[in-house]
Amino acid sequence: MTVEVSSLKELVEQASGTSGSPDTQEYFVNMGPQHPSTHGVLRLVLKLDGERVLRCIPVLGYIHRSIEKISEHMNYMNCVHLTDRMDYLSSIMNNWAVAKAVEEAAGIEVNDRIQYIRTIFAELERIQSHQLWWGVLGMDLGAFTPFLYGIRDREVLNDVMEETIGARLTMNYVLPGGLMADIHPNFVNRVKEFIKYFRPKLDEYDDLLTGNVIIQERLRNVGVLSAQTAVQYGATGPVLRGSGVAFDLRKDHPYGVYDQADFEVPVGTVGDSWDRYWVRVEEMRQSLRIVEQLLDNIPPGDYLVKKLNSKIKLPEGRYYSQLETARGILGVFITSDKKDEPYRLHYRSPNFNNLWCLEPMIKGDYIASLIGAMSSLDLVIPDIDR
Amino acid sequence: MDREALQAAVCQLDSSIRPLEENADRAAVVVEAAALPAILRRLRDEPEFAFAQLLDHVAVDWIDREQFELVYHLYSFKHKHFLFVSVFIPREDPRVPTVCRLYPVAEWQEREVYDLFGVLYEDHPDLRRLFLEDDWIGFPLRKDYQDDFMLDRPR
Repeated sequence: MTVEVSSLKELVEQASGTSGSPDTQEYFVNMGPQHPSTHGVLRLVLKLDGERVLRCIPVLGYIHRSIEKISEHMNYMNCVHLTDRMDYLSSIMNNWAVAKAVEEAAGIEVNDRIQYIRTIFAELERIQSHQLWWGVLGMDLGAFTPFLYGIRDREVLNDVMEETIGARLTMNYVLPGGLMADIHPNFVNRVKEFIKYFRPKLDEYDDLLTGNVIIQERLRNVGVLSAQTAVQYGATGPVLRGSGVAFDLRKDHPYGVYDQADFEVPVGTVGDSWDRYWVRVEEMRQSLRIVEQLLDNIPPGDYLVKKLNSKIKLPEGRYYSQLETARGILGVFITSDKKDEPYRLHYRSPNFNNLWCLEPMIKGDYIASLIGAMSSLDLVIPDIDR
Repeated sequence: MDREALQAAVCQLDSSIRPLEENADRAAVVVEAAALPAILRRLRDEPEFAFAQLLDHVAVDWIDREQFELVYHLYSFKHKHFLFVSVFIPREDPRVPTVCRLYPVAEWQEREVYDLFGVLYEDHPDLRRLFLEDDWIGFPLRKDYQDDFMLDRPR
């Protein structure tokens, strides 16, 4: 059996030979790499028949940094710090995923205080990520005000997190064995203030976008992804839940202290862009609930159970650990050969698989709908390229 | 079903399936490359397993053993269990049948492995480089990959 390896150029040439309906002509349009709605460098090669999208071929690699290869020459403590450059809006959760994998492999048990703080920060970051997505979705669809509102509230939350962590975007906080630092003495009070501040703002979000007829028209029945397609195309996170599959690692395979918090998993019904929108807005409310419940119960203890040095070695074998980030499942696959560097380190990034859903979602739809559908996926391109 | 029970149940599907001993924390089995699509189809369709999603596809370059290991990471929403299916193929002529008709997401995941390891997926509808340019020479995640730009670090 032979294997043919083609190039993009050949693919485009082959596809150009076919003709559309008698009164239209099929043609290719390059969208990107620097399109304002892709939030990173993503190029889409679109095959169009009039305004209808026939094919949508994503071209990746414009910011590929080879994090997996570099990690093979780094010790485990350093590998953690590359992860927050992947999905920079889930940086703490990315850190946590690697830390969890190393801890499970090395047999380190962290105390309850660390688990509580990690969970609280992960949920705060989920809110912060969804705030930015919410504003940017409005901007992609031509409304600038939501972006200002989203950023305004995100800054308030960033101030709270900065006090403890010292950074505002690529936050390095979780380490194998614990945390970088203990929480700031003001932290608990300021988070409470933030919850009080942000609850009414969420209702304001609903007034501004959720109830807006134009936004509804541009999201409803656009980019429909059935539950079956979502599963087959590897979607996770809000994209999968928007299609009606109630799967959330926080509920189904709890880690941290999620099993001690009471919260719901919002699930869509139709699987259109609107459902994905609604799921994320609802998730912000649920995250506030989780943080509120955990905040008063942070147990006393040390913030670092074991000071690991850079020479930490894992026993030989394969280790897998995964975590629900703001965009879906981040999986960390470590193969160790008893050295202090991983033999092979692989990240299963949520955006990589979610982007693959774009073509089945948008096939046959208008090119103008592509923007809303792509926005509802909440892509972070560096996470795809790694 | 716990890890051992699942592993034993999967091994009973076919006599060529054997458990992967080296694995540390998940149920894992090894299958032959030629039997891979048939076995994955049964794992997906039989209600006892119902592995609906291919979460991840990873390759490992075992240069000392002159083998590539391809890991298919499956998840079942119905039973909430995970399974690793490994395939070992020779490093000399790395070929394996594609599974992208069973799991469409594999089309991309296999392209990534082709791009970085040079594994050829037979019957893949659109095998192209995913991250690198079409005319890139070599496969960067192989252990013996040499590049002018790579940091020359003593190991």
